[in-house]
This record gives sequence, structure tokens and C-alpha cells, in this order.
Amino acid sequence: MKTVAEHTERRTYTLNMGPQHPSTHGVLRVILELEGETIVDARPVVGYLHRGTEKLAESKTYQQVSPLIDRLDYLACPAYNFAYCLAVEKLLGVEVPPRAKYIRVILAELARIASHLIWLGSHAMDIGAVTVFLYTFREREITYELLEMAAGVRMHQSYFVVGGVRWDLPEGFIPKLREFLDILPSKIQEYENLLTKNKIWRMRTEGLGVLSREDAIALGATGPMLRGSGVEWDIRKAYPYSGYGEFEFDIPTGRNGDVYDRYLVRMEEMRQSRRIILQALEKLPDGPIHAMEGKLYFPDPDWVRGEHRDIAALIHQFKLVVEGFHPPKGEVYQSIEAPKGELGFYIVCDGSPKPYRLRIRLPSLMNLQTLPLLSRGHKVADLVAIIGTLDIVLGDVDK
Amino acid sequence: MIVAIIVVAVKLLILFAVLMLFVAYGTLAERKVSGHIQDRLGPYHCGPHGLLQPLADGLKLFFKEDIVAAESDKILYYLAPMIAIVPAILAIGVIPFGESITLFGRKIDLVVTDINVALLYLLAVSSFSVYAIVFGGWSSNSKYPLLGGLRSAAQFISYELILGLSIMGVIMVVGSFSLVDIVHYQKSMWMVVYQPLAFIIYMIAATAELNRLPFDLPEAESELVGGYHTEYSSMKFAMFFLGEYANMTVTSAVAVCLFLGGWYSPVSFLSWIPGPIWFVVKLVAVFFFLLWLRWTYPRFRYDQLMVFSWKYLLPLALVNILATGGVMILFGGI
Repeated sequence: MKTVAEHTERRTYTLNMGPQHPSTHGVLRVILELEGETIVDARPVVGYLHRGTEKLAESKTYQQVSPLIDRLDYLACPAYNFAYCLAVEKLLGVEVPPRAKYIRVILAELARIASHLIWLGSHAMDIGAVTVFLYTFREREITYELLEMAAGVRMHQSYFVVGGVRWDLPEGFIPKLREFLDILPSKIQEYENLLTKNKIWRMRTEGLGVLSREDAIALGATGPMLRGSGVEWDIRKAYPYSGYGEFEFDIPTGRNGDVYDRYLVRMEEMRQSRRIILQALEKLPDGPIHAMEGKLYFPDPDWVRGEHRDIAALIHQFKLVVEGFHPPKGEVYQSIEAPKGELGFYIVCDGSPKPYRLRIRLPSLMNLQTLPLLSRGHKVADLVAIIGTLDIVLGDVDK
Repeated sequence: MIVAIIVVAVKLLILFAVLMLFVAYGTLAERKVSGHIQDRLGPYHCGPHGLLQPLADGLKLFFKEDIVAAESDKILYYLAPMIAIVPAILAIGVIPFGESITLFGRKIDLVVTDINVALLYLLAVSSFSVYAIVFGGWSSNSKYPLLGGLRSAAQFISYELILGLSIMGVIMVVGSFSLVDIVHYQKSMWMVVYQPLAFIIYMIAATAELNRLPFDLPEAESELVGGYHTEYSSMKFAMFFLGEYANMTVTSAVAVCLFLGGWYSPVSFLSWIPGPIWFVVKLVAVFFFLLWLRWTYPRFRYDQLMVFSWKYLLPLALVNILATGGVMILFGGI
């Protein structure tokens, strides 16, 4: 028997989804070729949030680039500063003191929890479970309060600076962080109660958007997208940076590579991040929070214009502000495991205080490449679930 | 004769006012209940505890610019929001909300009209509301509303069938289409005890009929922006909105009449409380259940919804009818 499509001339129509659409997580535009409600083809169009970060960076000194980097993935700013600072430090050959390393790990993992909380909330809301969204925002608020305590602002902290962190953790930060970590498992359990075994949730996510191991690797998917497909790859383990080698944690992986597996992977990652933070708090050493060599750090204001003012300190401050520091000529690539996948910075330095070229490898952009593959043959309703599972932030797609 | 007409007119007016009150405060209840379920407070600024919020909402929508979609089919475009609210208003005419009372020597039934095919009438007028969505989706000349309209046409036809079949069991037990007779039958025992399966199927089908989560596909916000009412604004949008809550109220009222003993008190020692109060209490409980459901579950996908309807609910409804019939033949009635 012939199907209806074979009887009639095969007809599809185009639906333009976005850039203004509630479920495209910002200004993503997807041009859909539909047959009824079935997706024949999906073409993501990116660039609506392009801010020219890479080009802008070429006209700024190494410290001035840092606030631009914050704005790539505005949901996990510390992770982005982290990668950038590591790259510049690699270029400079500077060793960061242990306390700063641990503080960085703590905040980066906190950012991972915050980022995953937002992912979970918006992903669930796209599939219709609105309540989960507000529950996750309740906990995310605490993570932002913590980041604010450390850095002074909620978003775009730029708390990590080349050579260390801007200042030490304030009093009361660690007790509050511990309090948060105490309640976190029960809260994650609360979300899981609403979703993990929910029949409708499983119907909507299981077997959907299957990304095979080979496709995941071929398309450059990283982070939970790759791990959901069963590849045990985590840069924190593969190329440990900033002392990650000293922590014990597991890499959760999925089996089927579907939306549900990636959901489970990210849920487990939040628990693992908590484990890492607890270990880091346990081991947190005393000591300086900034590398002393290289004159990367702004001198104490007291030395510049206070009691102990000193012309050398004043000159140092002046040079740093007006000129910046001069890394040696060379090229470096440094990548980290950001919440959304591998985040890498490739810096070409010509010896001047401004990067000659800054190339950013963005996890969201790479993961978005899998969208056409994942969504072909599924329904329009599934597309929002698939966009949700990609966990993209448009700032992180468009640079 | 004139007195009879006046009595009916007064009853209609009161019922209409009560329905509109339910609609207005239904929207507030939705926001308050969702707020408390989600660990927040909900509207709080208009009046004490946000009690004047429905007024503010209404005023706001009233003063919004009325945008008409370009190239839209004008007649259907204007007709759709009107149809949205009509079925619910038509339906309240046959819903009994209390025992007859005697006022000034006249016996007054607390139902506008007790027609002997009340249930058929209800099904007929409630199916009418699909036209609002289909017309709205079609006439807007926009793809998202069109998808919403198409979804709802399929959804309504499937679930209307199941709704009708779930009610069959009750009709077989009582042997009457009149809602008054059905409520009288439940004086000693609620119908939900005899027909638990029918009650569950009815509630699921009713939720689907109302486009509520987990079946709110025609207006699935995250997929279809606003679904069939994407291109509507101002009071035209408000009509769809009111229609949704009016339908919820009526559906809850029908559920109360069919399964939850109508105006009768659940326990005899509380029977001094007047019938209409019991009726409203039960109505609010069912209404709350609908709200609760919405803020707990994710959404079905369109094809899953169809599979669920035809593969699971329809056979179950048929089994329920067969089982009811079997028991009635074997034991000579329930």
C-alpha cells in the first residue's frame, strides 16, 4: 500500500523558528523544513548576538579582555575567565599559588552547578514542566549570592585575574557555601522526583535526539553531549589543570546518547561538582592568592598613595594600567572543561601587551552543529527538547 | 407564566454572575496556586493578597491595542473569540446546583432548566468550543496558530469520543440523561464508587478537552509560541482566556454532578449545610485538581497524545461500558 506522501506530490513547508521564540534560549534562529509536524530539515542560523569578541580582544590589553570573556557564556562566567586566565598564564609561564588554584576550582564548580541548574529549569520548562524551572532558580539564586560575595557582582564577575584571583574569599563565604552544599543533594533529589521517573518526561526524552558515539566525536561535540553518548572524556581528567588531578570525582556517562541520558549525566555532574568543592574546601591551603612574579598584580593602594607610598609601586601601577604586561612571543592553546563542554583559548602573542590574535573554541557553537542531525525525522515539539538538551547559550554561540 | 419567566431570568442572571466570578477568580487561583506550588507568592500587589488582580488584568487587556493580523480571514478571525466563551455559558443552563427550594409559596428548582437530554446537550455544546480554536488558528494567517489549530482539531475529536464513552457508564447505571436524576441517584453513595474507572477517564479526557497541561498542545507555549491565539491581542485574547476558565468551571461542575454526588453532603451529619455550598466546595476541589495537575507534569507530544487516546483510553472506556453492562445483567442493576 502506498502512503499518502507517495500518492501526492511530496510537499513541505518552511517554518521560521526564532530569533524571537520562547524556546530558542535567546536569539537562535532555526529554519525548519516541515512535513506536517515532522522535521525534514533544520538549519540553525547563528550570529544574531555576535559582538566581535575575538576582534575586540585584539585592541585590548590582556587584563582588559577578561570582562569581554565573561560575556560569552553569561551563565557560567567564572569558567570562562578561568580558561582565559589559564591560557595567558601558560603564555607567561606563571605558576599560580595553590590557594588561588583551589579558589578557582571552587568557583568554577559552583558555576557548573549554576549553569546546570539553569539548563535543567529551562529544559524542563520547554517540555512543559514549569515548576521545575522555578525550583532550580531558587537554588541558582544561592549560587549567585555566593558568587556575589566573592566577586562583588552577581554576573560577569571577572574575579579571576591573570596570575590568581582578584582578592581573597570574604569571611562568611565558606560557611554559606557549606550550607548550600548541604542542601544541594536533597534539592537535586526534589527535581529528580518530579522528572526522572515521570512517565511523560521519559516518553518525551527517551530515544529522542540520539547522538551516536561516532557522530558525537565527528561533529566535535564535547561536555555532557559527548559523555551522554558514552564517551568518557573530561578535560579535568584527561589534561588536569589547576590541580584537578588532586580531586576524586567520577565522569558520568550515558549509554544511548539520547536526551534522557544527557539529562542523567548533567544531574550526576552537579553531584560530582559538589564532591569536588567539598574536597577543595577540605584542602584549601593558606597563602598568597596571586603569583608574585611577572608584576601582573596591581600593587596595594597603600603603596601607591597611602602611608607607605613608594614611587616604584606607583610606576608599576601606572605601567600596568596604561600599557599592560608584555608576555613573551609565542602561541598557546589552553582548554578547560566548561559546564557546556570544552572551552579553549588559542592566543597568538607577538610580544606586545595586546593579543595579536585570540581564537575561542566555544562549546555551545560546536554542540549546536549536531542540531540538524539530532532533529531530523522528529516532531516540532521534539525540537525544543533537543535545543534544550544541547544546553546552548547564545552568547556562547555567537561570540 | 410571567412569574416563571422572571424566575428563569433571575436564575440565569445569578448563574451567569457566579460563572463570571469563577472565571475571574479562577485566573487568580491559577496564579496563586501555581505561585505556592512553585515556592513563591503569586500576585500580591493589587488589593490584599492580590485579590483585585483579576480586575487589573481585565482593565489592562481592555486598554491594550487591538491588533488584527494582516491578510487574516476577518469574519472567522472575529468570530473565533466569541465562540470561545459561548459553549460554557450555554452549558450552565442544565447544571443543577441544589435541591428545590420553596420561596414565596413557589417551588423553585435550583437549575435553570431540567431537560431530559441534559448530558447530550452538554456534549453537543462543549464540542462547539473546538471551532473557536480551529477558526482562530486558521484565520490568523500564521503558521504557529495554524499548527495549534490542527493539533486541537485532532485532539478534540479523539477526546470528545472518550469523554462521551466515559459518561456512558454513568448513564447506564442511572438510566437517565438528566443531570438532576443523576444527582438524585447519588444521594446515598457517590457515583465515583460505582464507576471509578469512568471517573478517571472522564478527568483525563476533560483535561485534554480543556487544553490543560499535560495536554495543552494547541497552545504549547514553548513550541508554538502561543498556539492558536498567538495573533490575538487585547479583548479578543481575553475572550479566549475567559473561555478557558469558563470551560474549566463548567467541566468541574459536570464532574461534580456526574461522579461526586452533586449538591449532596458526603456524610449525613453534615447535611444541614445547604446543597449549593456543598456544590461549590466540590467544584473548587475539582478546579484545584486541574490547577495542581498543570503545575506538576510535563507536556505530552502530539503523537503520544493520540496514541494514548486511541490505544489506551478508548479500549479502557469500552471495557468500562462492557463491565457495567455485564454487572447490570448479572445482578439486575447496581
